[in-house]
Amino acid sequence: MKPGTLKISPRTLTLALGALAFIAAFVWLLTTRGPLAPVGVEIVTVTQEDLDPGVYGIGTVEARHAYAVGPIQAGRLLRVQVDQGDRVRAGQLLAEMDPVDLRQRGEAAASAVARARQTALAAQAQVAEAESRARLAEANSARYQMLVNQKFIAQEMADSRHHEAAAANAALAAARASAAGAQRDIGRAEAELQGIDQVRDSLKLLSPIDGVVTAREAEPGTTVVAGQAVLRLVDPAALWVRARVDQARARGIAVGQAADIVLRSAPGVALPGKVARIELQSDAVTEERLVSVVFDPAPAQLYLGELAEVTIRQPGARGVLSVPRAALARVNSQTGVWQAVNGRARFRPVRIGLQSAERSQIVSGLDAGEKVIVYSAKQLDDDMRVREEQLGQP
Amino acid sequence: MINLAGRDIAHHLKSYLLTGLGLGLLIGVTLTMAGVYRGMVDDAKVLLRAVDADIWVVQQNTLGPFAEPSSVPDDLYRALLGLAGVAQAGNVAYLTMQVSHHGQSQRVMVAGYEQGKPGGPAFLMAGRPISRAHYEAVADVKTGFQVGDIVRIRRNDYTVIGLTRRMVSSGGDPMLFIPLKDAQAAQFLKDNDAIVEDRQRLAANPALNRPGQSGVLDAVQAIQTSSHKVNAVLLRLQPGFDARALADTIARWQRFTAYTRDDMEEILVAKLIATAAKQIGLFLVILAVVSAAIVAFIIYTMTLGKIKEIAVLKLIGTRDRTIAAMILQEALGLGVIGFFVGKFAATLWAPAFPKYVLLETGDAGRAFILTLIVCALASLLAIRAALKIDPAEAIGG
Repeated sequence: MKPGTLKISPRTLTLALGALAFIAAFVWLLTTRGPLAPVGVEIVTVTQEDLDPGVYGIGTVEARHAYAVGPIQAGRLLRVQVDQGDRVRAGQLLAEMDPVDLRQRGEAAASAVARARQTALAAQAQVAEAESRARLAEANSARYQMLVNQKFIAQEMADSRHHEAAAANAALAAARASAAGAQRDIGRAEAELQGIDQVRDSLKLLSPIDGVVTAREAEPGTTVVAGQAVLRLVDPAALWVRARVDQARARGIAVGQAADIVLRSAPGVALPGKVARIELQSDAVTEERLVSVVFDPAPAQLYLGELAEVTIRQPGARGVLSVPRAALARVNSQTGVWQAVNGRARFRPVRIGLQSAERSQIVSGLDAGEKVIVYSAKQLDDDMRVREEQLGQP
Repeated sequence: MINLAGRDIAHHLKSYLLTGLGLGLLIGVTLTMAGVYRGMVDDAKVLLRAVDADIWVVQQNTLGPFAEPSSVPDDLYRALLGLAGVAQAGNVAYLTMQVSHHGQSQRVMVAGYEQGKPGGPAFLMAGRPISRAHYEAVADVKTGFQVGDIVRIRRNDYTVIGLTRRMVSSGGDPMLFIPLKDAQAAQFLKDNDAIVEDRQRLAANPALNRPGQSGVLDAVQAIQTSSHKVNAVLLRLQPGFDARALADTIARWQRFTAYTRDDMEEILVAKLIATAAKQIGLFLVILAVVSAAIVAFIIYTMTLGKIKEIAVLKLIGTRDRTIAAMILQEALGLGVIGFFVGKFAATLWAPAFPKYVLLETGDAGRAFILTLIVCALASLLAIRAALKIDPAEAIGG
């Protein structure tokens, strides 16, 4: 070869450098963005942390007891004294039903009572008369018996007097019975009168509690049936959130546990609460348990039916081995974590315990200080090449 | 012996490189088109891979839940869990809807799933998985959401608590995972005005609002707003059980249609995106043919442009073989440069596409071989033309 061919001209140099740069860029592109690039992963260390799990449910603000006040028999509404939002006292007159002919029926009953009393008086007089008759007949009978004994008169006459006395006694008994009956009649008529009075009382709809009217469902003039509510009342001091909690997560809930209540009208404010009741009967269709949470203390103003989110705090654990929940994966129906071993992804089954919103307790399978993959840019597979990088936002 | 091709290229280096570059961009477009096609097919399959279900149970005689609407009762899973071989069953609900983000409306596919059951995102890029029973969401990064963002679906605000990637519907819409019960509610929930109007309409109906039977209206209204339907039930099987056999059992005895993973892939790829995929496929074929033709013409005209030089070479007694080798080497060189430039360009711009572009290594390999074959064939034409050149043209002209 001639030495001339070895001379490197600036042009060849540029060309070689350009080619080299192109190849370098090509290789860089293929290994970082192309199909040959390793999957970017974020790695965290298994640490000991405090876990504070919570159970979440949503419900509505409801009254512990709701009262529907209505008539006991069908009728027309005469007047309604209170309106929605009014505070009422126990025993206060809320509304009245139209009595229609009840007053007349009352008057008739009162007359019936008066008549019964008169009838009783008459019967009493009859008793007096019968008594007098009986006494006379007895006296006559006694006298005739004496005359028979002295043989002044025939036995037949004495027997006749004796019969008269017996008949008079019987008439007396009848008169007494009829007098007693007349007395009973007074009782019946009086009871009827009382009954009508009570019906009249029942036409007055009274408040059973100190509370607040939440609904006025019928207006004067409306005909309502027996049992239909005219007014609805609640006790504003006894409001709670009836929350629905997924059965799958409801295991640890117990009465008395503290809870945070967030009302839809105040999304940023967590009101303190307490589990007051866990209903025995769950919702079988939605697979939720019904948990009532009282406000503790009750806020000044609440609105019934408002949506509320409830987070019931569960007993936590101090200083347990844990990983972020995002690190957990499921492969072949095994729960585990991915680890980066020599730049390759490896699946490692673990047993998990308590779970909070953010972290999951590791019962076994990992030691403190070990590193696990928490985020990845792609679905991981065994032996996939991985590289640690900051994924964050793309 | 000196390398004629090298000498010739060095002589016209700039034009040679520029031709290679142009060729490369053309090849890049073809590669990208192949990537678009592959990406489309991959989009259809990505959800199937992510949920990792062995059997999809849907409404009888439907191709649900993606290709056709499907609705099954949400307590069906209880009956399915009782079948031998079923390890896990999960209800899922899918609905496509617009959500607004920073004032911009965006189309997403909302997927409702139950935690710890099949149907959720397979991995996360940031944040944490859904842990509450309501109002949390995991979004695909393509939605543009960030952890902590609030997204409104129907009338409820959801907090984005995690991000995932490559979770798209078969149509390429990014997905938003929310708890199942919320998805069920969202699917059937009307807007508030419609609800109020419906209530009034019902109350005005004398058949439903009879005097003295105040309970009937409430009952009718309650039944209108509740939903106990889901779109599909996903099953995972215990190891060693045959999905096909179990799917047949479910179809026969439970009276629901059950698809294995392969069936589902077939539905999604062969039915749902069939026309769109064929459209792109045909375009890809045309593009490939046109690219090949252009490559051939470029090489041919390049050779024809060197008639004089070739004539001179012939005149000085260069063998035909040497000339043919020069043309072939130049053509192949162009092909190699073109392919690498194309591959470079395609890889560079592929992530910028709004939908997924999947550049497969196999496709690249095939494209490389195809490019070289086309270049070789085109150079044959050119060689034929070159060999016919009369050496006298070197003097004339």
